[in-house]
Amino acid sequence: MTNLAHSTDPQIVTAPQETAKVSLFRRILRNPMALGSLTFLAVAVFCAAFAQFLAPHDPNTSVISNVLSPAGGENPLGTDGAGRDVLSRLLYGAQFSLAGALVALATALVIGVTGGLLAGYFGKWIDTGWTWVISLLMALPNIIVLLAARAVVGPSLWAAMLIFGIMLSPAFFRLVYASVSAVRNELYVDAARVSGLSDSRIIARHVLTVVRAPIVIQSAIVGGIALAVQSGLEFLGLGDIKVPTWGAMLSDGFTNLYTAPTLILWPALAIGLTLIALTLLANSLRDELERSTGPRKQNRRKPTKPQPEAAAEDIVRHDEREPEGEIVLDVSHLSVGYPTPDGGIKRVVNDVSLTVRRGEVHGLVGESGSGKTQTAWSILRLLPEGGKIVGGSIHFQGKDLATLSEQEMEKLRGRKIAYIPQEPMSNLDPAFTIGSQLVEPMRICLKISAREARERALALLARVGIPNPERTFAAYPHEVSGGMAQRVLIAGAISCNPDLLIADEPTTALDVTVQAEVLDLLRDLQSEFQMAVILVTHNFGVVADLCDRVSVMRLGRIVETGPTRSIFADPRHPYTQELLGAILSEAEPRGPLVTAGAPGQPVSTRSASNQKGAVQ
Amino acid sequence: MSTPLLDIQNVTVEYPGHGFRAKPFRALHDVSLDVQAGECVGLVGESGSGKTTLGRAVLGLAPVTKGKVIFRGEDISHASRADRRRLASDIQVVFQDPYTSLNPSLTVEQILSEPLTVRKVPRAESWKRIKDLFEMVRLPADSGNRLPREFSGGQRQRIAIARALALKPQLIVCDEPVSALDLSTQARVLELFKDIQEQTNVAYLFVSHDLEVVRHISHRVAVMYRGEIVEFGDGDQVTSRPHHPYTQRLFFAAPIADPVAQAERREERRRLLAAQGA
Amino acid sequence: MITFIVRRLLTGLVLLAAITTLGFTLLYLGGGDIARKILGENADEQTVALKAQELGLDRPVFAQYGDWVVNALGGDLGASWFSGQPVAAAILSRLAVTLSLVTGAVVLIAIISVTLGVLAATKREWIDRVAQVIALLGFAIPNFLFAVALVLLFALTLGWFDPTGYVQFTTSPSGWAKTVTLPVVALALGGIAAITQQVRGSVIDALRNDYVRTLRSRGIPARRVILKHVLRNAAGPALAVLAVYFVGLMGGAVIVEQVFAIPGLGQVAVQATTQGDIPLVMGLLVATGIIVIVFNLLVDLAQGWLNPKVRLS
Repeated sequence: MTNLAHSTDPQIVTAPQETAKVSLFRRILRNPMALGSLTFLAVAVFCAAFAQFLAPHDPNTSVISNVLSPAGGENPLGTDGAGRDVLSRLLYGAQFSLAGALVALATALVIGVTGGLLAGYFGKWIDTGWTWVISLLMALPNIIVLLAARAVVGPSLWAAMLIFGIMLSPAFFRLVYASVSAVRNELYVDAARVSGLSDSRIIARHVLTVVRAPIVIQSAIVGGIALAVQSGLEFLGLGDIKVPTWGAMLSDGFTNLYTAPTLILWPALAIGLTLIALTLLANSLRDELERSTGPRKQNRRKPTKPQPEAAAEDIVRHDEREPEGEIVLDVSHLSVGYPTPDGGIKRVVNDVSLTVRRGEVHGLVGESGSGKTQTAWSILRLLPEGGKIVGGSIHFQGKDLATLSEQEMEKLRGRKIAYIPQEPMSNLDPAFTIGSQLVEPMRICLKISAREARERALALLARVGIPNPERTFAAYPHEVSGGMAQRVLIAGAISCNPDLLIADEPTTALDVTVQAEVLDLLRDLQSEFQMAVILVTHNFGVVADLCDRVSVMRLGRIVETGPTRSIFADPRHPYTQELLGAILSEAEPRGPLVTAGAPGQPVSTRSASNQKGAVQ
Repeated sequence: MSTPLLDIQNVTVEYPGHGFRAKPFRALHDVSLDVQAGECVGLVGESGSGKTTLGRAVLGLAPVTKGKVIFRGEDISHASRADRRRLASDIQVVFQDPYTSLNPSLTVEQILSEPLTVRKVPRAESWKRIKDLFEMVRLPADSGNRLPREFSGGQRQRIAIARALALKPQLIVCDEPVSALDLSTQARVLELFKDIQEQTNVAYLFVSHDLEVVRHISHRVAVMYRGEIVEFGDGDQVTSRPHHPYTQRLFFAAPIADPVAQAERREERRRLLAAQGA
Repeated sequence: MITFIVRRLLTGLVLLAAITTLGFTLLYLGGGDIARKILGENADEQTVALKAQELGLDRPVFAQYGDWVVNALGGDLGASWFSGQPVAAAILSRLAVTLSLVTGAVVLIAIISVTLGVLAATKREWIDRVAQVIALLGFAIPNFLFAVALVLLFALTLGWFDPTGYVQFTTSPSGWAKTVTLPVVALALGGIAAITQQVRGSVIDALRNDYVRTLRSRGIPARRVILKHVLRNAAGPALAVLAVYFVGLMGGAVIVEQVFAIPGLGQVAVQATTQGDIPLVMGLLVATGIIVIVFNLLVDLAQGWLNPKVRLS
């Protein structure tokens, strides 16, 4: 039943294997949208490559007697304003337009990717130099530059696309630069460095693999932009008249818009469809990519790994006499679930029942994936997206929170039920001062004036042990330490005198010495306000320090519950026994190193001389 | 007395400040420490104490501005890239976060063969070595063609340990290797570290914020506070009967998983703080 | 805050200097025999040489650049080689038209993108699909094609707006509205697509922040948390994209003006480049450079207001 005794962790997740091994390309072929786009693009490229053989006429031969002739006969799509065959121009147009876009794309790729890699990986002056050049390029309007370039080099498709490629290189530079500078600080790059990999090898192996897929996506987009701008220039009549392109056809069609409206239709369709195909391709590539790397970016505290659901079993209860005091919270048979891709519901909390009395601290303890935090959030009715209470009731002051409307819930939160989160820094809004984040809820919940709320907030900050309340009140979250931020969050939680406090790992992110202070503070506040408290934690030390009662959770279920002293003294469920057995403080210290040469002798004697004087 | 495997002498690490004329940030100040072959030296401290920086300085990932890091008699504090590559087979690392220390897009086999291919180890030999490593860290033998995300946190940390062991190093810098793990997994991984040390005689510089963890794994323990080592000595003494006031505060701050004992410790902590005037 | 602004302004000036230096060097070095171009193939050598001397083209490039900079600092950007009109005046007379188009487009983009992006991120369902379709069309259809489609539908078929031309606002506000609506819409589509996507994405990201749960746990209604806290935190990335997109708008205006025959900078630009009127092209580079830099400065200030970390660092 418990697998702790095994030497290897047996819960290898097998589900995502298939997706992991099927390459992105193969999955793209299964995506109908992507397949359609690819097919269209393949046809376009085919037309472009074999225009010489497919086109019935020369694209530039104008037959003056045959201007603007309708479709049919010799000219399947008619002729244009200069008597040239529209179909032939369309086919050759594919050749030149796509080739032009490719020139721009290739230029942008070469400059942007190399620049991004070098600047992102090596940093320092290479970074400064490249970033400067790139921001210069980004400050220049493309069309204006292309127009200016035309003034110098004349109407050349290739020169224009080359220059435009340079203008587009920031698109790749920024992408590669951002990924590379993120990857550069990843621990696995450090590990590769320690393994002795050279820079070029690290870039090839660890950095390029990360940016490869995004570069492909960006290429589809940039290729599209190149085609669009190229057509735009030609549309303005600034292109080379001798080169048949879709843009040139558009220009001709626009001149004859009133006499032959269909002329503009064919090039517009060709351009529009190509661009839509490229965009759709990019979108589906991105979707597939996000699907394969998605879980990594998600919040780790969400149940990302499919945990097996524990089978129902009898809960071990330690119960001597009935405890005293009014019951504040009564959770009974609570189940919480998330929808699964196959339409089912995955339960992360299963049949959980617990009661908390006034003035009592109830610990919910368990390892990751045990459902303890999900239980806490479901009482607040603040489950992450998709999470739902799928069974049971949560009785609090005569109301069932499991079925209460959101408006009713909003009236309870803050006023009656309060919450202390785990991570102090990420739980304060970085854009607002600490003071305003304390004042805002008090004004809503207690309906008091701004001045009154401010007075109260300052008093609260002093109460939670902040040395200079005025300064902290005016500070932004990033200006205070983690320990201070946690005190601020505690002050916020108790600001409206709640009856029930839900503390989710309130000291886990803190240093040990700060943790001890915060635990002291929580104990004092709890007895002062006589709150009922649910304390979620994985740390049995914290349970021992603060909790009156404790429930041990495993895979969404409570396995053992009772008074703290009783559970520590006499753990009965095998899982509780395993957990308590894994605690290191009971274990023997390792002792000094014993070498073969001198048994029993500590090797070094330098230790004592290394001590510094007292640091106070 | 034998010469230590690793001898850190009066090392100072400073990071250049951000912006013009900013004062450099001093992460380590005049730190000395030694590690013997086959020994585990624990480095304990709170956030910002410099314990991680010291580990990174040994690995060549942090700039040593003063002092020496001597490994087997050779000063490696300013080793060139080529020297570092050579050292790679002697000094290795296991990082804290098993989620980010493995490249998510490489298979486990690719990850483990990486240090071996750099050494130009033949494929067959490298494959055999990986098999041995799986056995050593107790991973299933068929783990090779899976991706890191298919493994639990404890298993990923085993993969990271296997990677560190691939080149049979003499020293592994362990940077909070069990902090991200669940309690039961943590105990198992610590046992694994111990077993490997007894089998291979590798030395550890074991960085952790947790006094209990350090006490469990270390022969000797150094306590860091604000970039300096304030106490260094026998593991049991430092972690059970500390001399330095800061270590004492640290010791009494960690709650014991026993309501009765914890109530006593709380009282002791209160008395200590009153006595220290903190 | 003051140092923040000063630093941004200095960066802008350096950028402007770099643009003009680069532009000047390339235009004058690559321009070939400019005097010949102005006078045409039939002019004799002597006249050409005289013309070159008159324009100062016989002097070294850096001396010419020096003169240009000195004059430009005094507000004199030279005169057009072909019409003889002062460049500064030629540009200023057209600037208001282009700016009104671009400003209109920015306002339209901001209003629609924020509304649609927030709704798509918070409500999902059908409105999210609408946003996706708009994004697809906006990315895929170049603005001039869209402009032509608008002309065909709303001007030629339905007759709601004027197909071409421009009426000054001061002459007739309703006439002005009739002439600028279609160009502004054509210009804004791409931006709406890009910024809506960005707003949607960053609102979804911001909603995932832990503080959203904490603020709601204090009894602040979800709507208020979204409008006050989430939107403010999501605005930064969206503004950054808008700043990048603004540069594209300046270029897009050139083409759209051409479709609607609006006498803005676009017309000047096309004319100047086909003729090779280098002083005018330089003037355009300076004008667009300044507009872009000023807009970026405004965006930076907004970013500083939104994000205290930016302001203080």
